[in-house]
Amino acid sequence: MKKAIVFKNVSKNYKQLKAVDGISLTIEKGEFFGLLGPNGAGKSTLINMMAGLVKPSNGSISVMGFNVNKEYQEARHSVGIVPQELVFDPFFNVREMLRFQAGYFGKDKSNDKWVDEVIERLDLTDKASTNMRKLSGGMKRRALIAQALVHRPPVIVLDEPTAGVDVELRQKLWSFIKELNDEGHTIVLTTHYLEEAEALCNRVAMMKSGKIVALDSTKNLLKEFSLKNLKVRLQKNSIKKITTLLKETPFLQEDDWCTFKLKKVSDASSIIEKLNSLKIQILDLKLIESDLENIFLKLTSKN
Amino acid sequence: MNTFRDQFIGTWTLLKKELLRFWRVAFQTVAAPVITGILYLLIFSQVLGDRLEVYEGVNYLVFLIPGLIMMSLLQNSFSNSSSSLIQAKIMGNIVFLLLTPLSYLQLFFAFLIAAIVRGMFVGICIYVIAMFYVDLPVEHPWFVFIFAFCGGGLMGAFGMIAGIWADLPVEHPWFVFIFAFCGGGLMGAFGMIAGIWATRFDQMAAFGNFVIMPLSMLSGVFYSIHSLPPVWQKISHFNPFFYMIDGFRYGFFGQSDTSPYLSLMIVLSFFIILSFITIRMLKSGYKLRN
Repeated sequence: MKKAIVFKNVSKNYKQLKAVDGISLTIEKGEFFGLLGPNGAGKSTLINMMAGLVKPSNGSISVMGFNVNKEYQEARHSVGIVPQELVFDPFFNVREMLRFQAGYFGKDKSNDKWVDEVIERLDLTDKASTNMRKLSGGMKRRALIAQALVHRPPVIVLDEPTAGVDVELRQKLWSFIKELNDEGHTIVLTTHYLEEAEALCNRVAMMKSGKIVALDSTKNLLKEFSLKNLKVRLQKNSIKKITTLLKETPFLQEDDWCTFKLKKVSDASSIIEKLNSLKIQILDLKLIESDLENIFLKLTSKN
Repeated sequence: MNTFRDQFIGTWTLLKKELLRFWRVAFQTVAAPVITGILYLLIFSQVLGDRLEVYEGVNYLVFLIPGLIMMSLLQNSFSNSSSSLIQAKIMGNIVFLLLTPLSYLQLFFAFLIAAIVRGMFVGICIYVIAMFYVDLPVEHPWFVFIFAFCGGGLMGAFGMIAGIWADLPVEHPWFVFIFAFCGGGLMGAFGMIAGIWATRFDQMAAFGNFVIMPLSMLSGVFYSIHSLPPVWQKISHFNPFFYMIDGFRYGFFGQSDTSPYLSLMIVLSFFIILSFITIRMLKSGYKLRN
């Protein structure tokens, strides 16, 4: 399979700070790849180097076989980037903005049909003649995605596309991005949300402090690192009781809630059984999936 | 993959966008400087009008018009490229240009030509309105104002018709065109440098207020430098704006404060130097790609 994106020992230093530290990574054509990590992990810097917005201090990056610095024009034809910030040109409406963007890539009037198709697929038809300033946040996000698609790039990079987006629109964007992937586009998605990566990505890299701390298929990564917690709400006097009676089962207390870390889901029933056998009344309980932060903490402590 | 045709369409698209950008706010970008120019004309014609003859056979009002046209042309060429870049940088939408295959030369030429077009358009509007004004002086000031508003919509063709009809002489039309083009280009390049360098609107305002405005006001728009004391005459020769305005004025009257060929050489030299600096900044991605 042809490689869509290749990072070879890429670093970016800002004086003393190593924003990206020697990353080597290959993303195959047609993949749906997730780049995860907390703020400041280096995800956006890595994306910006690939887009030619930031020059790497070391290493090389290629997109569809074109070096992003030496063959920047060909490389930029091959990639469409949806920036994280809701930026827009306040002088123009949606259709004008999209046509201008296509024009920068050498697309003439014959491309207008495709622009209209992108507008339609992103449910922007009613807003096509509306000035960008007058669009809601969700609509602006869709217009940004449309802007990345107008020159028909084989690789699409979405930098936190669902940040600040409501649930309904998030679902719509997910299905649209999935469709693009099914049509053969290589997708790179950076996100904070594990749920998003889990639902969409075939493969995931986790970054911290400019380095990749985990790289595997999403399935394997979740299987290996996922944690579940059982939260139970008890009466305050019962909490004191179980602190001495359940020494072998450690938990964290926050007000009248106790959180038990589970190695497997079946551990939950044994904890409940123990509490029942001790005649402790359970006022409320929740089974909580680990969030990205928990998995991430586990990963970083491992590394 | 990125063919010559792609590059041509890319450059043309950016130029078109830049032209449309200023046209969308023509009230601010065209009408306002035209009205300012007309106000200068009104005031100076009232105060000095026919009392002065700067060059032989050229009264003060007629002397003033080419200077005002050139000053407005220079200021608006600078404003176009600088405001476009600083706005795009601060709003963040500069990213849409930086993500494209447009080369630094394509960016340079599109911004430069747009700056020249705006400067020339404002200049032509002042010229056209001034023609009406010369024939209809202070007796009808409101006519000048109303026409100044309408002037934003007038095209170069109308300017030519009015020019034929009007009294302002054009002795050397090619000089007028070359100085207008080079002056607009020089200031367009200077605007790009300022737009790339500045990171805040107040820095850009400082450029306008502390560099462009004093240089243009002290360039001989309102006077011949021969009327200045010798020291100020010498100082004026260090102001590049002086050469742009003096050479442009030569195109109208065939008379100037210094040799038009010296002016042309200096203006061309500045144009080349500023273009070189701008291209270097765009190529290196200075304050744009980091």
